[in-house]
Amino acid sequence: MTLSSVVIVGAGQAGYQTAASLRQLGFAGRITLLSDEDELPYQRPPLSKAYLLGQLDERRLLHRQEKWYADQGVTLLCDAAVAIDRAGHAVTTASGASVPYDHLVLATGAHNRPLPVPGAELGGVFGMRVKADADALAPLLGAGARVIVVGAGFIGLEFASVAAKLGASVHVVEVADRPMARALSAETAAFFRAAHERWGTTFDFGAGLARIDGADGRVGGVTTSDGRALPADLVVYGIGVVPNTALAEAAELAVANGIVVDERLLTADPDVSALGDAVSFPCAQLGGAPMRLESVQNAADQARHVAARLLGRADVYGALPWFWSEQGDLNLQIAGLSLGCDRVVDLAGVGENEKAVLCFRGGVLVAVETVNRPADHMAARRMLAGHPELTVAEAEASGFDLTAWERAHALATAG
Amino acid sequence: MVKVTFVTQDGAAHEVEAEVGWKLMEVAVNESIPGIYGDCGGQAQCATCHVHVPPEWRPITGERNAAEQAMLANAYDVTEDSRLSCQIIVSEELDGVTVDVVDS
Ligand SMILES: Cc1cc2nc3c(=O)[nH]c(=O)nc-3n(C[C@H](O)[C@H](O)[C@H](O)COP(=O)(O)OP(=O)(O)OC[C@H]3O[C@@H](n4cnc5c(N)ncnc54)[C@H](O)[C@@H]3O)c2cc1C
Ligand code: FES
Repeated sequence: MTLSSVVIVGAGQAGYQTAASLRQLGFAGRITLLSDEDELPYQRPPLSKAYLLGQLDERRLLHRQEKWYADQGVTLLCDAAVAIDRAGHAVTTASGASVPYDHLVLATGAHNRPLPVPGAELGGVFGMRVKADADALAPLLGAGARVIVVGAGFIGLEFASVAAKLGASVHVVEVADRPMARALSAETAAFFRAAHERWGTTFDFGAGLARIDGADGRVGGVTTSDGRALPADLVVYGIGVVPNTALAEAAELAVANGIVVDERLLTADPDVSALGDAVSFPCAQLGGAPMRLESVQNAADQARHVAARLLGRADVYGALPWFWSEQGDLNLQIAGLSLGCDRVVDLAGVGENEKAVLCFRGGVLVAVETVNRPADHMAARRMLAGHPELTVAEAEASGFDLTAWERAHALATAG
Repeated sequence: MVKVTFVTQDGAAHEVEAEVGWKLMEVAVNESIPGIYGDCGGQAQCATCHVHVPPEWRPITGERNAAEQAMLANAYDVTEDSRLSCQIIVSEELDGVTVDVVDS
């Protein structure tokens, strides 16, 4: 069947990029982007960084200016998809429209895991996922504001660094024993903890939240699971996200920690692809084990892949995962996936505000975490995408230089 | 508004209007210039916005910064003229510039 219309549900990083890549690759058919947000598609990363700091105006937060959609012939409808009729090849929207498709792309993303404690509904309690969150928070972050951050993940800590910079007093409550525990080695985590403490932020590790306290509908403080009362004017939580799978589930597509897709990012229905934060896919870097990633790289590379595959120019997805986070003057970059890593080499001889940690699994390099060392990050990306034959012993040798090793190795394998 | 031209890998020249104060990458993606993606939003994290700037424009665009230098080291088709277009801010003086896009 020739492909003449593609409908994309969700206009986040993955959805808009699928539309852009389809056009860039020459697709001339109809493209409809369905969004349940009431604005032009925008970037999320700046919400907890430059945009929150007031350094990026609204127009530049957008993925593309309004004119682009007309120029490219991409129909953006701010109308949520509420049901998929797979047999009839059509999506029903909240306004009652039926939008027919030849191919459907689910790019529904994820939403914040809600805070499961009494008081979460009080005024002054915020998540960090949509533009409205940042818009509401920004004016409240002045000097003297007492802020409790629940969850020391990437977004929580990016927010904490911004709030501290704006003069707020920031306290972070985290159930794990260190920050960013899910994704980062203990070595890099300790480095970030020390930095945040230098910026004036305090931490409670191994501590949960029992409830949020308040009066007159507004937050006044929190009570930790071990019974301590902490005062607060604002509570910002970032305790993970939940993939948006309801639409797929109702259409009887498999869901297991995300919409299940194969290595081509196709669901069991050959006319329905899915990608981005919403999906669980067989991850090449994990030997095909199912994985769900939340990153710009993942959304953008998967979008380019789906577009290329729909036009017969790609088959199996396998791009190397990478990620970045900006906290204060620290630029964290991660190449690869450290999951299951059993050996860590913390490189000596890096600068004061720098870090480079190599993660090995079964003697094979699987991830590299760096801070303020972009050359090492790029070297790591090349190594991990090609042949990461670096051994633990080589990495541990005194004077080991990642960038130099990669360069020498690339030359040797090329010659 | 000033005029800037992007020459893509196929040799086509795209002359577009650019808003002063914006990043050259932002101008390119809004005009759908092939080969420039700008995945990271201009934070020098993704290296998907590589261009070649002719030497005569360098007094205006300035030189590569340290992060940019590092992100470009060993990238595809790196020359003396290589820049990340997200690190170049459009100014009045940039009116009339032509840059070559390196496919990312
Ligand atoms: C504050 C913040 C900071 C971040 N910082 C970084 C960073 O520094 N580096 C990094 O790599 N990543 C970062 N991320 C993660 C990155 O932004 C996400 O991984 C990426 O946005 C995922 O893209 P997506 O399109 O899959 O999902 P989303 O961006 O969530 O987009 C999905 C869209 O689909 C919509 N939708 C859902 N259901 C429907 C429906 N039924 N009908 C219509 N529309 C629907 C949603 O409302 C949403 O607009 C950050 C995220 C946040 C929130
Ligand atoms: S846009 Fe990512 S490096 Fe320039």
